Amino acid sequence: MNGILDFVAGLGRAVLDMVRMAGKVALFGAVALSHVVRPPFYWRTLWGSLVEIGYFSLPVVALTALFSGGVIALQSYTGFAQYHAQNAIAGIVILAVTRELGPVLAGLMVAGRVGAAMSAEIGTMRVTDQIDALTTLSTNPMKYLVTPRLVAGTLALPFLVLIADILGVLGGFTVCVMKLDFSASAYIAATIASLKVMDVTVGLVKAAIFGFLITLMGCYHGYHSRGGAEGVGAATTAAVVAASILLLTFDYLLTDVFFSQ
Amino acid sequence: MTEPTPKIRIRGLKKAFGPKVVLDGVDLDVMGGTSFVVIGGSGTGKSVLLRCILGLITPDAGSIEIDGVDVTTLTPRQREPYMARIGMLFQNGALFDSLSVWENVTFGLTAAARMGHGPRLTRAQSRTRAGELLEQVGMDPAVGALSPAELSGGMQKRVGLARAIAARPEILFFDEPTTGLDPIMGAVIDGLIADCVRKLGSTAIAITHDMASAQRIGDRVGMLYEGRLIWQGLPSTLFDSGNPVVDQFTHGRREGPIKVDVGK
Repeated sequence: MNGILDFVAGLGRAVLDMVRMAGKVALFGAVALSHVVRPPFYWRTLWGSLVEIGYFSLPVVALTALFSGGVIALQSYTGFAQYHAQNAIAGIVILAVTRELGPVLAGLMVAGRVGAAMSAEIGTMRVTDQIDALTTLSTNPMKYLVTPRLVAGTLALPFLVLIADILGVLGGFTVCVMKLDFSASAYIAATIASLKVMDVTVGLVKAAIFGFLITLMGCYHGYHSRGGAEGVGAATTAAVVAASILLLTFDYLLTDVFFSQ
Repeated sequence: MTEPTPKIRIRGLKKAFGPKVVLDGVDLDVMGGTSFVVIGGSGTGKSVLLRCILGLITPDAGSIEIDGVDVTTLTPRQREPYMARIGMLFQNGALFDSLSVWENVTFGLTAAARMGHGPRLTRAQSRTRAGELLEQVGMDPAVGALSPAELSGGMQKRVGLARAIAARPEILFFDEPTTGLDPIMGAVIDGLIADCVRKLGSTAIAITHDMASAQRIGDRVGMLYEGRLIWQGLPSTLFDSGNPVVDQFTHGRREGPIKVDVGK
């Protein structure tokens, strides 16, 4: 009997901790967002974050999208060839890439690269008193460190996803034309016929939300890291794990909202 | 005749972290233009005291008055003008890794200008001003182009000092200014601190457990023990205070009223 009670109590504690954490993160994000419309604005920090997220993530996102598009084409061919439905492959590739693979894979890549780096940078600033130093130098750390990164993440990820969409389709095209002997003009025509503005738009909306969530997790965990190098390491891991889980959860919720009917 | 108002007046300051009481009713007056050094063992709350005054930690009880205004009751926005009058040298320098040395030195000036508390400087003007400040702390202005990671510990402390005095603050705080430095570099930093405080006419509070440093920097010294300032006096009486706790601490004796948990 005691064992069951302990289990239920443990479960209750875990749920309460999760709710408390969600509240703290929401408050943190709300405070950071409130600084978007209140001067002073740190344009240099914003530009630096845009370059770091949008430009330096390009190679990893591009390669991921290119190969994923190719894999989708190859796998679809393996299955569809049995039913002589190869003509549907171009449509499958563009649908998968614009609706799901583009935003999710780009998001996961950026979460691993940028979310971790952001958390480590802000975490190191926390444990070496640099964040306190900002306060003593008449600078609000949320406004200086967090807000520009959240804005940059929200703006840069749609740009990356747009590139990922193009390269994902190119990956599928390359595999189909070079390896599976599809007609290039027929593949392009089928791709254009299947291309829907709504799919691309929803993919970009997802990307903006993912970008916000990734940078929010990176900043939140870094900002609250404690205990030297070990604490910064733990914060970095927590930021990447939390961002990845949130990204997949929100992907489902957004897909349900936009495409369930 | 009425007594002059202290620049900083602390009354009944209390702070606990969970069950651990760190500050248990600290009372302190620091007169304008003087330097007060707080000594005490590791973990006795010296840094917490400083962080409470700076507003980085919210105290549980008590008041902290600057020029007669209780800053613990102010909102962050109301605190801004007070923060603009304060300079702080952190224990490890706390220089911003992502900025060059000269950008670190003038960071406070730029921030104050953004808030409307000072003139706006161009980047060229800021760089020139940073060079002057670096010279003031005995450094070559060319160091301004380097990154903080390229500097030694002593140089980082000097850059931190240049950053702290950049806005000519009325109040300066020093957190363990000589920790981690060799005795000669420690003396150099202490000399620079004393010079800067004298030239600016600032009021200073330093915390340290380096007795030589306390004697070089302070006009008065106080010892924090079990959450209270148990003794205050002149630096010249530091080694002969008549207080058994202070005497044990300053002479570094193992035996005495201070019991050290050595983790056996």
